[in-house]
Amino acid sequence: MTEAVATAIASPRVARPRKVLVRRHSLAVRLTHWVNVLSLTFLLLSGLQIFNAHPALYWGNASTFADPWLATGGGVQGGRLVGQTMIAGWHFDTTGFLGASRVHGVWQVRGFPAWLTLPSEKYLAVGRRYHFFFAWLFVINGAIYLASGLLSGHLRRDLLPTRDQLNPRHVWHEIVEHARLRFAKGEEARRYNVLQKGAYLGVALVLLPLMVLTGMTMSPSLDASFPWLLTLFGGRQSARSIHFICANLIVAFVIVHLAMVVLSGLWNNIRSMITGRYAIEVEEPAP
Amino acid sequence: MITLPSSRRGWLKAAGASVLGMVLAGCDRIAENPKVLGVIDAAEGLNRRAQRLLASRRTLAPEFSRASISRDFRANGTTNPADDDYRALAEDGFAGWRLVVDGLVDHPLSLSLDQVRALPARTQVTRHDCVEGWSGIAEWKGARMTALLAAAGLKPTARYIVLHCADTFDAGAPEGQRKYYESLDLVDALHPQTILAYEMNGETLAIPHGAPLRLRAEKHLGYKQAKYVMRVEAVDSLDHIGAGKGGFWPDRGYERYAGI
Repeated sequence: MTEAVATAIASPRVARPRKVLVRRHSLAVRLTHWVNVLSLTFLLLSGLQIFNAHPALYWGNASTFADPWLATGGGVQGGRLVGQTMIAGWHFDTTGFLGASRVHGVWQVRGFPAWLTLPSEKYLAVGRRYHFFFAWLFVINGAIYLASGLLSGHLRRDLLPTRDQLNPRHVWHEIVEHARLRFAKGEEARRYNVLQKGAYLGVALVLLPLMVLTGMTMSPSLDASFPWLLTLFGGRQSARSIHFICANLIVAFVIVHLAMVVLSGLWNNIRSMITGRYAIEVEEPAP
Repeated sequence: MITLPSSRRGWLKAAGASVLGMVLAGCDRIAENPKVLGVIDAAEGLNRRAQRLLASRRTLAPEFSRASISRDFRANGTTNPADDDYRALAEDGFAGWRLVVDGLVDHPLSLSLDQVRALPARTQVTRHDCVEGWSGIAEWKGARMTALLAAAGLKPTARYIVLHCADTFDAGAPEGQRKYYESLDLVDALHPQTILAYEMNGETLAIPHGAPLRLRAEKHLGYKQAKYVMRVEAVDSLDHIGAGKGGFWPDRGYERYAGI
């Protein structure tokens, strides 16, 4: 019997959590993450400016103006401007946000409000110029992320759920734990949980690539080069609808992502995405 | 004296609104700064080059079946020119209308509508994509631009084809920049689907859609599809046409290469 074990037996182990910094995010992940934040912010704000030029969505190749599945606009009711939004036959009063909102105190008919569009006033030409500039930045950045993620094994090692994580009971357990805002500690915190992995993979491999492809499908010139894009998405107006839906899903992801960042340790999470170091608590025997 | 909102909530709302207003104004000042826009504009050249790289000179825009023709094809921009010259031509059923082809050509032309109709033609059912986001499908029949330019004989120095239109679109603009115009470089002008259309969905082109003659350049957005075309001019530079950016909307901030 070695001395260390003997000591441990002699005085009962007291588990004392100790913070250790582990290397969580590679430089490539950190850089591409922040470039992504920048480009997606500009793409969203300029995209809403572009949406406002014709705030209605359709399915198929062409617009059926009398029958959009989503439309927003303003009208005068009882002497004041009201915003109305229709989604799949359901009508909503969205005054102040969609359809009609105030710009410098003056009520205007517009899709999304001024504080969500770039530029804030109605200016499609400038909105488009921003959108295409940041689209290039976004695509080049995304290509670097995916290439480095495949080459370094980051996607397979860190993002692909392991067999034990895919066990339905484990997935349910994670959902319950998340609902109670209890997050992994200790050794388990070294890896992403299965819900995180699913969300990150869904965004990186499904939503963001769909944004690029549906965006390309809206280009008459690229449709000539890649007619299969129209077949894939069911026409240009369908592509515009899917582009809008995916943008909303990305916004929903960002909201949940930011909430999780705050709830599971704001400073630790932000530090890990800047310096790469993430603190986890490991239990070790008292000396 | 400035009246202050009485309630605390009102004050907070006013403060919030003015902070938001300042942030928006600041963002706009940066976003619309010419130097910033100069950097942002790098994307336009990148778009044009990428789209050219991905297509051969003869890659066709998708064509559709007649069954998919839109019943509600929207007429946008000018829908009924108020210009006296045009009104006179329209009242006469365009009998006195002439298409002038000039500039850097060997044989300047002045063609009647019947003469334009006698040129080799092409019929195509294509999708029209407005820069605003909507689309419509229509069948177009018109004279091939290649045939028209061959008849006039392009000089080797010609690099762009400018389409001058009858309609005044911005009466408040400086002289020479009031009427609609568009331009094509030679790759697009000589594309097989580039036609000067005089028929839409099997009928004579109507005034809202550009009678008697409009451009169809199918790999481009709607604002490229000049209506009420009066003159086709071959030039070596766009610098002295309109404000020099190659089109009525390009002069106002939109891309000349309207491929996306």
